[in-house]
Amino acid sequence: MSAPILVFLEHVVLEHGGAALRKPALEGLGAARAMASQLGAKVIGVVVGGAAAAAAATAGADEILVASDPGAPGSMGAARAVAAAARECGAAFVIFPATARGRDLLALVAGHLAAGVAADAVKIDVAGGEVRVTRPVYAGKALQVVVARRAPFAIGLRPNAFAPAAPGAAAPVREVATPAASSAEPTLVETRAPEVRRVDLTEAAIVVSGGRGMKGPENFHLVESLAAALGGVVGASRAVVDAGWRPHGEQVGQTGKTVSPKLYVACGISGAIQHLAGMSSSKCIVAINRDREAPIFKVADFGIVGDCLEVLPALTAAVQAAK
Amino acid sequence: MHIVVLIKRVPDTTAKVRASADGRSVDATGAESIISPYDEIALERAIQLRESGAATKLTVLCMGPADATKEVRKALAMGADEGVLLVDAAPFRDSAATAATLAAACRELAPQAVFCGWKAIDDDAGVVGGYLAATLGFSFASYATKIDAADGGLAVHREVEGATEVVRVPLPAVVTVQKGLAEPRFAGLKGIMAAKKKPLAEKPAAAPAAAADLVAYQPPPDRPPGRIVGEGAAAVPELVRILREEVHVL
Repeated sequence: MSAPILVFLEHVVLEHGGAALRKPALEGLGAARAMASQLGAKVIGVVVGGAAAAAAATAGADEILVASDPGAPGSMGAARAVAAAARECGAAFVIFPATARGRDLLALVAGHLAAGVAADAVKIDVAGGEVRVTRPVYAGKALQVVVARRAPFAIGLRPNAFAPAAPGAAAPVREVATPAASSAEPTLVETRAPEVRRVDLTEAAIVVSGGRGMKGPENFHLVESLAAALGGVVGASRAVVDAGWRPHGEQVGQTGKTVSPKLYVACGISGAIQHLAGMSSSKCIVAINRDREAPIFKVADFGIVGDCLEVLPALTAAVQAAK
Repeated sequence: MHIVVLIKRVPDTTAKVRASADGRSVDATGAESIISPYDEIALERAIQLRESGAATKLTVLCMGPADATKEVRKALAMGADEGVLLVDAAPFRDSAATAATLAAACRELAPQAVFCGWKAIDDDAGVVGGYLAATLGFSFASYATKIDAADGGLAVHREVEGATEVVRVPLPAVVTVQKGLAEPRFAGLKGIMAAKKKPLAEKPAAAPAAAADLVAYQPPPDRPPGRIVGEGAAAVPELVRILREEVHVL
């Protein structure tokens, strides 16, 4: 049997107590299971701290390692914990979902282990015992295929790109000790939470973005209403972020976030290369734009030629009625 | 505090980049090269800290082709004190090898702080900052939207999934930056003239063992041609039918 595949299982603490695994963690297990069946390897999940141990046990792994609380809430402590787990089980591959925390850990753990690393995988192939990772580069203008040449090898997974694992029977749970910090680590002073906690753009299943065609920041409530009706998250083009209409965190594109949701609705976005780069891997793209010749219609699956200020209210009402 | 800022030379965001015919490289013919935008934001904040006296020395470190001297000179013109270019002729270098090479160069420069973009906009990996921190044994904070010197360390705001975390980062540290931290300045004529007299060391990049090999670059999957559903609000019922029956989101 080959050396195991270790999957970092990110969890959230629930309001009523207890903890649940995040969806990208289940996608990590799904990707690992597919690799494991071809490599003849075991899939081991690792959770940091004991809160999510019970939720992790039935998520579809063969074994769960519970790394003891690193004593600090930040990425550096969690990286110590996951690196120790990887050493303890002799992992050949360590898988991380590309959430904000997962990205930090991918880099830090790979550094601790002096491991090979490939970030943002959208596809993993096993052939002849070799593991090949396909990852978008230049925000999706091209795909890069690399082959792992070092063990351990750390792989980050693009959210929404891999099928989640099916739940399994309760796997054995084992504790591993997290070593103490060997150097000074950052300390958290405070967290300023947003009033309403939203799903991150990069993980959202539905994204509704607005551009210049919204004509002003005062009209963005139309984008927000459509996003709310569809159960999605609001994005924006670089033009409107640079103009100060919307915050940086909402920018989709090569210098913003790269998204690959099930549905992307582009409202009044012409489709500059740098925007298309950030969203063209979306499964379905709907574009609403006044200009029939706008480049956005070249990548859109479905388009409406029209003024967003007129189309969006009608679309929001119709979506609400259809639900 | 000596700050090293890592900068990467990348094709401009408006460039038409595509996989080359033989799949061994990407073709960005005719594209202007720029400093990767997030790195340039990191550089701007470092220059501000240098100007305020919080930093005593600012070095830019770049690994790239020989003509990346253009980007290093630009950084010097903006306000960095010294530049180091690790000349790398290899068409592909994996993230682990990149981080190892930069870590070795950082050990020589012995900074208290290393700033860089949270990712470079060409390979989009976002790995180098954290890998470097773990390799050097530095503390680490990512996605910074505010960096100030405070109490012998750094006070950093991080933007993570919509929330803002305020963290105290002890030195030595690697900090990766996000949009919103600073607006990069234009290098004026005075800066450009001054940059000509600033030290710029060029040396060959070390070549550590590869941890991954390039198989190929490929074009992204073609999207099937789309269709215009209709015009104006009159097209909404048909679009909603599609969303319900074909896309299955309603």
